[in-house]
Amino acid sequence: MSLPRTLALFLLLIAAPLSAQDAVPPAPYAYTQLEDPAQEAKATALMQTLRCLKCQSQSIADSDAPMAGDMRHQVRSRIAAGQEPAEIRAWLVDRYGDYVSYQPEVSATTWPLFAIPALFFAIALLVLARRLGRERSDDTKAGDAV
Amino acid sequence: MSGAQATSPRNPLNRVWVWVPLILFIGFGALAGFMLTQPKDDLVVSQMVGKPLPAFDLRPATQGLPGASADDFRDGKPRLLNIWASWCLPCIAEAPQLEALKASGVEIVGIAIRDRPEDVATFLERHGNPYSRIGADDRSEVQLELGSSGVPETFVIDGQGIIRHQHIGDIRESDVPTLLEKVREAQ
Repeated sequence: MSLPRTLALFLLLIAAPLSAQDAVPPAPYAYTQLEDPAQEAKATALMQTLRCLKCQSQSIADSDAPMAGDMRHQVRSRIAAGQEPAEIRAWLVDRYGDYVSYQPEVSATTWPLFAIPALFFAIALLVLARRLGRERSDDTKAGDAV
Repeated sequence: MSGAQATSPRNPLNRVWVWVPLILFIGFGALAGFMLTQPKDDLVVSQMVGKPLPAFDLRPATQGLPGASADDFRDGKPRLLNIWASWCLPCIAEAPQLEALKASGVEIVGIAIRDRPEDVATFLERHGNPYSRIGADDRSEVQLELGSSGVPETFVIDGQGIIRHQHIGDIRESDVPTLLEKVREAQ
């Protein structure tokens, strides 16, 4: 393929995602902090525990996706209206399931993730304790023989 | 000498259980390797299926078509609720399928996400208009209420305004019969 054609193809590739953005300005609270620092701190803490649905390895606090902006707007305006972070979180989990939570939580499906490492740690301690105990008794036996 | 040593009962390698951690480790590695080859399902399914439509009342997204509200869905007739946007490329791909659904007698209500009236009009002019109404959702508020995580998405709403089915992504030709079936079930 000739260079201009390759270049044209490359430009086409990057042009498509660029045009797949909306032309509407972001929601008022997408990029604007709340005036009350205490409320803003609450909102920020909550936003860091909510997953961006478009870019699934980012929280909505980190993401520049328009939908994440709209979610930040929801969080900030609901906090400003006096809702508790737990309420807003529950409202989203009711709609999107655990997926929207960007903070690991113990639930009926996730408890093995927390229980299994603890179990392995306990087994390791047990094995270690038995081994050290046996070695010590071997030593004393050896000492007795001498 | 050495042969006698290896089979001696005092050799710890003869005990079965010393191999267990290694076997577990290899098993875990094999499982992880296998899972890497499996396609990842990253669709976010709405928890609202089976529940009533949340209350909303949206202004018209463009001239010449009415806006959309939750009350439009409670007259006993099942409908499709299509979440889309003029800036969304897969929405162009699904336009012929929406036309086919409309031709089969299904009413389609649109919700345009973060869109401008002039862009909506241009899109409908270019790709056809399968919608009876289009509401403008400027801040994804209704989209969030519906548990929808992107455009396009299509919901089947029954005559009582209960969400019966969610189709994530653009509607392909092979999805049309399924959606028609779901609408029939929602009668």
